[in-house]
Amino acid sequence: MIKRPISRRGLIKTAGVVGVGLAAPHVFIRNANAFNNEPTGGTVTLGFNVPQTGPYADEGADELRAYELAVEHLNGEGDGGMLNTFSSKALKGNGILGKKVEFVTGDTQTKSDAARASAKSMIEKDGAIMITGGSSSGVAVAVQSLCQEAGVIFMAGLTHSNDTTGKDKKANGFRHFFNGYMSAAALAPVLKNAYGTDRKAYHLTADYTWGWTQQESIASATEAMGWETVNNVLTPLAATDFSAYITPILQSDADVLVLNHYGGNMVNSLTNAVQFGLRDRQVNGKNFEIIVPLYSRLMAKGAGENVKGIFGSTNWHWSLEDEGSIAFVQSFGKKYGFPPSQAAHTCYVQTLLYADAVERGGSFNPCSVVEALEGYEFDGLGNGPTLYRADDHQCFKDVLVVKGKENPTSEFDLLEIVEVTPAAQVTYPPDHPMFAGGDLGTCNSGA
Amino acid sequence: MLGLNNKDLMLFAIVIAITLLAPVILNPFPVESDLAQFNAGYPDLMQRFVIFGIFAIGFNILFGLTGYLSFGHAAFLGVGSYAGVWMMKLLTMNVVPAIIVSVIFAGLFSLLVGFISLRRSGIYFSILTLAFAQMSFSLAYSVLTPITNGETGLQLSLNDPRILGVSQTADGSIPMTNFFGIAMRDGFELSMGGWLFTFNAGYYLCAAVMLIAFYVSIRIFRSPFGVMLKAVKSNQQRMLYTGLNSRPYTLAAFVISGMYAGLAGGLMVAMDPLAGAERMQWTASGEVVLMTILGGTGTLIGPVLGSGLIKYLENIFSKINDNILHQWFSFLPDGLEDFVVAIVYPFIGKGWHLTLGIVFMLVVIFLPGGIVEGGQRIGRLFRRKPPEDRNNTTTAAAPSAAE
Repeated sequence: MIKRPISRRGLIKTAGVVGVGLAAPHVFIRNANAFNNEPTGGTVTLGFNVPQTGPYADEGADELRAYELAVEHLNGEGDGGMLNTFSSKALKGNGILGKKVEFVTGDTQTKSDAARASAKSMIEKDGAIMITGGSSSGVAVAVQSLCQEAGVIFMAGLTHSNDTTGKDKKANGFRHFFNGYMSAAALAPVLKNAYGTDRKAYHLTADYTWGWTQQESIASATEAMGWETVNNVLTPLAATDFSAYITPILQSDADVLVLNHYGGNMVNSLTNAVQFGLRDRQVNGKNFEIIVPLYSRLMAKGAGENVKGIFGSTNWHWSLEDEGSIAFVQSFGKKYGFPPSQAAHTCYVQTLLYADAVERGGSFNPCSVVEALEGYEFDGLGNGPTLYRADDHQCFKDVLVVKGKENPTSEFDLLEIVEVTPAAQVTYPPDHPMFAGGDLGTCNSGA
Repeated sequence: MLGLNNKDLMLFAIVIAITLLAPVILNPFPVESDLAQFNAGYPDLMQRFVIFGIFAIGFNILFGLTGYLSFGHAAFLGVGSYAGVWMMKLLTMNVVPAIIVSVIFAGLFSLLVGFISLRRSGIYFSILTLAFAQMSFSLAYSVLTPITNGETGLQLSLNDPRILGVSQTADGSIPMTNFFGIAMRDGFELSMGGWLFTFNAGYYLCAAVMLIAFYVSIRIFRSPFGVMLKAVKSNQQRMLYTGLNSRPYTLAAFVISGMYAGLAGGLMVAMDPLAGAERMQWTASGEVVLMTILGGTGTLIGPVLGSGLIKYLENIFSKINDNILHQWFSFLPDGLEDFVVAIVYPFIGKGWHLTLGIVFMLVVIFLPGGIVEGGQRIGRLFRRKPPEDRNNTTTAAAPSAAE
């Protein structure tokens, strides 16, 4: 080997290359940020992760409309909607903390895997500071735990399982929507008045966390007033034809069918049930009845004539007469030409609540948002006075018991409100057995 | 070197270079530009590229070499995932045991499925594997809910035992998946001018595993065992007449590819500790078949390219919504803009499957050897020597590849 002396030219060249190499890149370790995805420019990005395909696609489409409307209102466009009726006046229509709100959308496909992939790409690629959406509790639970790990806030959309704020609750996750237990607590007295205390119920249940917990809630509430649960059959979420599940009901001595189904599932199972003549049946000398514990206008529309006279519960309905609901229905209707669904309402409200919490806390830091939302009491968002309970990040508010309208006056006027069950009646202790087993943990800001 | 001939070594070196530089190569557009939409260099997608690359490489060992078309490989990936998550729940958050156990469980399960399915060949074999995969899916989706947590998916929780670790960290959260202390989520970002490159620990772990998997696959392709498998593909009858029993060879290939699938499943949960039943569904099994055919059946690099293309379409194309389209075409007059958007819209966003279908049809009709054949044809255009003279870098795809 010949050792060559370093030439002057070579030295300068090398030094130049090294110098450029050291000067140009501005390296920063992810952990150096105060928190994950801290918005630095003039905009802030929210991630709207909704089902655009699958059995809950209708709900997903409506949620997306609500999100776009919420973003408009936050940015000071449109008529402001519920910003004007919201009890907190922190939001001024100039974005959030003065930053213009932008959003990215994704398709959860109503599958946990796909939903997480979509949420991950929003967090990692698009820099979303908050993820919201979901029309399936399975998806909501999966995305909520992802957000907890990644250190962003998750504002749950339509998710009705007890587990979302029960055994799967997370410090970074918040739910405005009501849950299976509340549905059962609100429905039971109404069912008792309408159908008596001596009934035999047959449950068809969507086979995942929401179906399981709702079925458990309804069964325990109805059994407490004297009903008997004859059978509970689990059906796959992806099922589209339920005739095979309906036939055995005809052979049983059940006189009530409880459909723990939602979205496209409920439309199909109810249609099948009516086709099989269940509603014209007489069992044990009583009329056969069908109950759909979680109801929505979109489902009622899908099932058409079949929903008439069927009881259920809902989080919100567009025909409510409080000023928040009126303002929201008005601005939604002006933009899209039809009234919003309960899914749209809860998603809109969640977006506003998040923005408001950031404003009140003065920072996008997830831990500041958590602090601002915990134990927060507000009003004017369509459900009357509402509390975000600190113990489990669940909202407590009135629950509506509704019934399929016998004589609808328009294609939107499908449900009538039978009773508004006060919040106190559906409140449960945080350590209630149906919700026990989980732990919020502590907020994670991703730092 | 490394027991490879020059051509293979060259290919391997190129793959190493591309894999290591992927965070830069995949982010060709500055963050603020309109084209940033097409950047793919974020950790989650890069991890998916290499993980599905491993899955497809393994599948290709079975399909590309022996010609046995399995429609149930997603089941092995799923079994691997569940085994991996259980390891993290019970033992430790270190990903190494999880990955090893994933491979072992997938191997055992594929031994069982292969032993039964390989009694038949051709379409009957495909149907048998499909049946097994659908059975596993239904089991995972509802029957075995206590083990798999059904539709919700198997997740970690704050009260898992984790014998060699902590159930929860001091600040009350679930510990991160790590490789001897390096969290998979860790990494650093490099900002140069308008560009931002993310170097992620999890990706580099996956990449290292993928390179090992790729190397093993080259060695299998070039080994006497590989030749035996190719003989099965070209004429199994003749092999039987010469007195060779091909069953042990096909079964070995089946188990190896099953273990590759398990490895992919294990890595998936190492990156994101959740296992959902959907990843065992028949569509997932079909996806790996598409990846392999799209890239080039029986070629070394083809499956990796195919998986990259499909994952890119799935994650990037599906994110383009009509608002973005309107922005792109906003320079057009109003009526024309709406018209163009209406034409393009079905092919992007949730319609990305349509784009994939068209690409797949074009590839199968015009490039039966997949993307690799396309590359070879382009290469041939720029080469002076007549194509007959040169020794193919990759085994040329047999005409039956696209069957």
